[in-house]
Amino acid sequence: MATSDTKTTRQKVEAGLPRRRRKEFTFKLLGMFATAIGIVFLGLFFASLIAEGTSAFKQTFLKLDIELSEDVLAPGGELDLAYADFDGLVRTALRAEIPEASGRQDRRELYRIVSVGAAYQLRDLIAQNPDLMGTIQSLWVPASSNVDMLIKGNIDANIEEALRPLSDKQIGWVRQLQDKGRLESRFNRALFTNGDSREPELAGIKGAVMGSVYMLLVTMVLSFPIGVAAAIYLEEFAPRNRWSDLIEVNINNLAAVPSIVFGLLGLAVFINWAALPRSAPLVGGLVLTLLTLPVIIIASRAAIKAVPPSIREAALGLGASQTQVVFHHVLPLALPGMLTGAIIGMSRALGESAPLLMIGMVAFIVDVPGSLTDPATALPVQIFLWADSPERAFAERTSAAIIVLLGFLLVMNLTAVILRKRMERRW
Amino acid sequence: MQSTTLILMLGFMAITAFFYGRRRSLALVGGHGHGMALHSLPGYYGYYVAIWAVLPALALLLVWVMVEPRVIVALVVNGLPDAYRNLPPGELNLLVNNIQNLAAGDVVSVDVDDVLQNAATMFNAYVEKSRQFLAVLVLGMAGLGGAMAWRRIHPDLRARNRVERVIRWFLIAASSIAILTTIGIVLSVLFEAIRFFQKVPLTEFLFGLNWSPQTAIRADQVGSSGSFGAVPLFTGTLLITSIAMVVAVPVGLMTAIYLAEYSSARIRGIAKPLLEVLAGIPTVVYGFFAALTVAPWIRSAGESAGIQVASESALAAGIVMGIMIIPLVSSLADDAINAVPSAMRDGALGLGSTRSETMTKVILPAALPGIVGGILLAVSRAIGETMIVVMAAGLAANLTANPFEAVTTVTVQIVTLLVGDQEFDSAKTLAAFALGLMLFVVTLILNVIGLSVVRKYREQYD
Repeated sequence: MATSDTKTTRQKVEAGLPRRRRKEFTFKLLGMFATAIGIVFLGLFFASLIAEGTSAFKQTFLKLDIELSEDVLAPGGELDLAYADFDGLVRTALRAEIPEASGRQDRRELYRIVSVGAAYQLRDLIAQNPDLMGTIQSLWVPASSNVDMLIKGNIDANIEEALRPLSDKQIGWVRQLQDKGRLESRFNRALFTNGDSREPELAGIKGAVMGSVYMLLVTMVLSFPIGVAAAIYLEEFAPRNRWSDLIEVNINNLAAVPSIVFGLLGLAVFINWAALPRSAPLVGGLVLTLLTLPVIIIASRAAIKAVPPSIREAALGLGASQTQVVFHHVLPLALPGMLTGAIIGMSRALGESAPLLMIGMVAFIVDVPGSLTDPATALPVQIFLWADSPERAFAERTSAAIIVLLGFLLVMNLTAVILRKRMERRW
Repeated sequence: MQSTTLILMLGFMAITAFFYGRRRSLALVGGHGHGMALHSLPGYYGYYVAIWAVLPALALLLVWVMVEPRVIVALVVNGLPDAYRNLPPGELNLLVNNIQNLAAGDVVSVDVDDVLQNAATMFNAYVEKSRQFLAVLVLGMAGLGGAMAWRRIHPDLRARNRVERVIRWFLIAASSIAILTTIGIVLSVLFEAIRFFQKVPLTEFLFGLNWSPQTAIRADQVGSSGSFGAVPLFTGTLLITSIAMVVAVPVGLMTAIYLAEYSSARIRGIAKPLLEVLAGIPTVVYGFFAALTVAPWIRSAGESAGIQVASESALAAGIVMGIMIIPLVSSLADDAINAVPSAMRDGALGLGSTRSETMTKVILPAALPGIVGGILLAVSRAIGETMIVVMAAGLAANLTANPFEAVTTVTVQIVTLLVGDQEFDSAKTLAAFALGLMLFVVTLILNVIGLSVVRKYREQYD
């Protein structure tokens, strides 16, 4: 009886085994699949970003032989840089290049091949070197963004004429210039040296990068000392009572408050109440300070906690005061961990855009900001603005700006990782 | 600007004060060899003098900078002819703005007449005078404070204790900034929200089904009374959050399980950092990806399946948001799973259950509270997420549960209401703060519950 019973149990178990193994297998497969989803997305994301964005680092330029004629630039013998007709010079040179474009309509179409930036380039050239007046210069000037898109293959020349931004004639002229070797793809310096612009071929990220730099400067100067001080107080000095519990719960909650709420705070307190200027990196930096403080405090507290109590006890035993223990012994040992936390906080601040929308940092700003109170935008906000622009050429610039932003973030995070690896101490 | 120079000069004075204080303390007891006669180390006397030189001066500088603009504007307004002074507050404000712009040499929106020109000159003169006064006062204050502290140095002076007390107060002040931030958030959002609810009843806001926040700029404008029923926003937020959770919770959980139980150390070493990269990508980048890559893809996939998909569908925003949240869910689930004592796991395996049975029948039930807490935090994150929905979810306040249609969320509306030019006391801008209040309260509740649950169960098994 007993033997047959164990047999049946064993048989029961064995009968169930294939089903259970199958289940086990499916479960494991599901796990692999889930892990793959995140990683595949990441790969897809970077692939599409690079495919889309790398072309923006190149830009089509057009070679024109421009006569810097004195008669046109300084009709009365007096050169006024603000009013001189540089556009006219560019157009004359362009007409000389494509003589068959006659008639008003043709010419107007012809002029659209070259960017308005060509005239600015001439102006800067003359401003730097007035002696060039009266000479003929062979210059590479930026082509318009539509020509650039055509060269890069983003505009299909085979679809119906009305559906594309370039007419058949324009495309013909572009091919003609190409055959003559007058069109060339060169490194897109404007992307890094210009501020924002309505013309994609002239738009750059310098203004946004400088805005971000100023903001991060404010954030770093404020949030690191304050965050470290708060962490020191909470870990080393604060009595364990309701008040310190409240601060602790508060900090953990602040770390999870939606960032846009910090933007509302900045709008109400810094702009409406304290009357600080709108769109200024100063205000952005203040808001980001409040946003990153919890991150830095939490990381700094963890770093202080990791310093073994024996260090404190030894110093106390030798007669140091509590403040001396903290500032002479605990703080230097915890500093690498704190710095790592600060860098991670900064990289979070660099990628943040929602609160900046609230305090007016979304304006269209052409000038590169030169101080903390100049109107500015930030790199992520610039990405947001460009992503909204309808021009095809802005899409690739958005991707390029994202690549730059991710590059900055990568450098910051790598620094944090290396710092942690090199300074980490096992007690 | 001069305040920067002033602060630099203060820093220089602090260093000087430190050395003078240190030297005096040593001189009092007769040089370097006799430091033992001092109560504190000589450096503390230096810090003591430096603190007295800088802190009062800095406080003065701060108060001055805060009060100065208001005082100068009041003075300039007082100097205006009566006809200008008695303007209604709004026009007076505009006038003051123009004067300030003129003084700064910027473009002015009205014709510049003599009065304006005079006022601007006066404004500049006041600013100039105020700067001079400030510099003299601050530097004088610093010198005076330093000198007084310097005179007070005595071998019995408990300099270390005094310096440490100042440090302690600085630390306390730094840690209370967190509290002040919370209070600031609550007050700034609450006050504007109360003003909003004076114009629009609370019940209409909470239960109204129609959201079109267009208010009239002029009183006689047609068809612009505005309606502020926020239910479509709440359902839109809920819809996108649910889609995100449907993506993030199973994927995040299974990822955590796989990495904790099945994968080799090498795969874990590769996969974990990669998932952290996913967490570090800025949300605006996710938004760009959702709007320009995922949304068109879903649209064309839907078309080929015969489904009408809006170009800004809730689905695209929700899926991308879900992917963004995967690392959060998986790391919190990982914590919860690792907190389960290995004795429970070993016991179940020893009784002959397979790994998946151990996981689903023993470990997950034990880790459930921690996982739920993590999910609550993820929900709060999804509700508060802004950039993805602003870029990919659209503005149409549709009351729908169809993920293929465009919906709008609370955060999207906050952004659209506050970006652009509005007068600040219209119901339209105030509505943003009412929405902000809702957002803050809801996420706060989720965070408090989630954080306390996560922490409680992490400790329980330790």
